[in-house]
Amino acid sequence: MRVLIIIPAYNEEASLPGVIRDIREHFAPAIDILVVNDGSRDQTSRIAKNVGVRVLDLPFNLGIGGAMQAGFQYAAIHRYDIAVQFDGDGQHIASEIPALLQPIIDETVDMVIGSRFLTRGAYQSSACRSFGIWIFSFILSRILGMTVTDSTSGFRAANRDVVAFFSRMYPEDYPEPEALVLLHKAGFRMQEVPVSMRERTGGKSSITALRSVYYMTKVLLAILIDLIKKVR
Amino acid sequence: MDLLKLLAMTGSAIVLIVVIELIRRGRLKEKYALLWLGAGAILLILSASRGLLEYISLAVGIYYPPSFLFLLAFLFLLLITLHFSVVISGLSEKNKKLAQELALLRQQMREHLDQNTKM
Repeated sequence: MRVLIIIPAYNEEASLPGVIRDIREHFAPAIDILVVNDGSRDQTSRIAKNVGVRVLDLPFNLGIGGAMQAGFQYAAIHRYDIAVQFDGDGQHIASEIPALLQPIIDETVDMVIGSRFLTRGAYQSSACRSFGIWIFSFILSRILGMTVTDSTSGFRAANRDVVAFFSRMYPEDYPEPEALVLLHKAGFRMQEVPVSMRERTGGKSSITALRSVYYMTKVLLAILIDLIKKVR
Repeated sequence: MDLLKLLAMTGSAIVLIVVIELIRRGRLKEKYALLWLGAGAILLILSASRGLLEYISLAVGIYYPPSFLFLLAFLFLLLITLHFSVVISGLSEKNKKLAQELALLRQQMREHLDQNTKM
């Protein structure tokens, strides 16, 4: 099994070395790491090259969707069996990766999502945000016909077929939840597994409590559009 | 010839002339000019022939014919902005693909160079 860890990174020079060290301590030579530098203005690209991981340098900022898609394209070209999406900000924990890989190795599903919320009380979040997440999960679960607790989680693993699909078609605006809808439409099987995540070490979440309602409405609209979209 | 008619005709004629000149200088691709040319021509014809304008506007139930011209112009603008949105969407998709392709090629090239210098 050849596994590629894809780390989309936009101005992550502070946290990136620690993230890569964390992964290497757990998997040393067995796992390849690809940093997709999404047009960072800091030293993200140089730092990644210095520690000897593969680096895709996008000529300008495409956003997380376009960056991840470039990573999937790399995984498809180099015929990896599994691609893992792993955040560059230190939120995700490398020792949780095997839990993500197992269902794909067993071939029970095509895509695995690491969820913070499957284990009760593991992750602290504001009341407002939890409520938003709950409504959102409810609607998305209805659409997908399966329970989804952490649709915005960027900690996930995809098998070869999903990698091929994503390298052709990957959403740009709110890629994490939207990708689930597209996969569902294309008939792929998905599963959530419980993982723990760290509180963010550097940077702030792009979603503040006040904006979350507005954000949710936009994501729901995007999902409705995905539902009527033609899947290639 | 009343003033309104003169104004409308001059306006449509200017649109046509500017569009043709832009095509001639290569600043506007024919593909995107067709809509403008069509709209300019239709507006010119309708503003030149009061009879035709009155006939059509009465037929669709508009009793002040010049407002039919405004309606047409408005619909045309709506159409062309929609057309632009489609064109821009296509361009940004192509732009994204180019950026990804470039990043993949650069990476491949770097790997090749690294291998060659090691040998």
